[in-house]
Amino acid sequence: MSKKKVTLIQEFLKGIWKENPILISLLGLCPTLAVTVSAENGLAMGLAATFVVISSSIIVSMLRKIIPSEVRIASFIVIIATFVTIADRFLAAYFPDISSSLGPFIPLIIVNCMILGRQEAFASKNGIGRSFLDAFGVGLGFTLVLVLLGTIRELFGSGTIFGIQVMWDSFHPWAVMILPPGAFLALGLMIGASNWLNELGEKK
Amino acid sequence: MNLIIIFISAALINNFVLIQFLGICPFVGVSKKMDSAVSMGLAVTFVMVISAAVTWLIYNLILEPTNMQILEYVSFILVIASLVQLVEMFIKKVSKPLYDSLGIFLPLITTNCAILGLALISVLREYSFIQSVVFAVGAGVGFTLALVIMAGIREELELAPVPKHFKGAGITMIIAGCLGLAFMGFSGLI
Repeated sequence: MSKKKVTLIQEFLKGIWKENPILISLLGLCPTLAVTVSAENGLAMGLAATFVVISSSIIVSMLRKIIPSEVRIASFIVIIATFVTIADRFLAAYFPDISSSLGPFIPLIIVNCMILGRQEAFASKNGIGRSFLDAFGVGLGFTLVLVLLGTIRELFGSGTIFGIQVMWDSFHPWAVMILPPGAFLALGLMIGASNWLNELGEKK
Repeated sequence: MNLIIIFISAALINNFVLIQFLGICPFVGVSKKMDSAVSMGLAVTFVMVISAAVTWLIYNLILEPTNMQILEYVSFILVIASLVQLVEMFIKKVSKPLYDSLGIFLPLITTNCAILGLALISVLREYSFIQSVVFAVGAGVGFTLALVIMAGIREELELAPVPKHFKGAGITMIIAGCLGLAFMGFSGLI
């Protein structure tokens, strides 16, 4: 292992900000843009993806010495697809409303490049403990951005946060924020803002 | 008539990239140059049409009669992964320069959500065989269109004074937002 010096806590924290899957690596953008109409949807999507990335990282890490490298991508995808099926059935059974509002984007977690990226870049090379922490950090970073983006879009698009009215009565909702173009605009501004914050941090 | 509506709706009104957010990764990654945008669009369209046909057959002839719909995701992704492998070998044989210019994004078509999304949406809407193929062609045309428009804008953008922190991904997202607004105008077509 080349990065022996990286402490366990750093392994966990790097996914949240320094290597944030959405803002820095630009992975997993499709679900990010599509489901963040409200903070609640963002949270559900984030948790489902976190569950999948953690479980498949653990399995991939356990099997990393058995899987031949020629067929590794296909094997990872089948493992991921299995966990996505579990998450999909679970949501359909216990949270039918959320499941129907997320629609095809739950099964599309399978092709979320963020998850496959973690298997390829980390879980297939590291032990179970580290893979778990890495996946947990990345999943948390993903969820945080999704909730933040969902909150911003819900706040301006419908004047609510998690369904609770927060804007004043005469506030006129910016309908564009909950329409598809609003997702692109909000995420573009967030990426710009995170670049700016990163630069501020480096200057200090 | 029905088929024309499916085609126009997939290509323009519910454009896969700009309105439905499917296939954003290649949209951001491969839209820097016009040539690679065109060939990427064609490769994706090709994979889309074939995988739509194959997944329709698998779902309606194997999974549904045997009541095995729970294997839907696993079997669809396997079909798509092997198709992409096939296309990759084909392009490598036929045109080496094209193969080199697409680079890493060719195997990544597997994880292009537009393709799996297309197969899943076809099942959800209970399209017939012909309908799902037409839907796939429309979606492919829409994907190529969005990619080509974006590549054209980004080539011009090289010369524009973009604020430092918005260079690259940030400005691409904002332009995509503006394009999305424009594409929403098509919703009056039908």
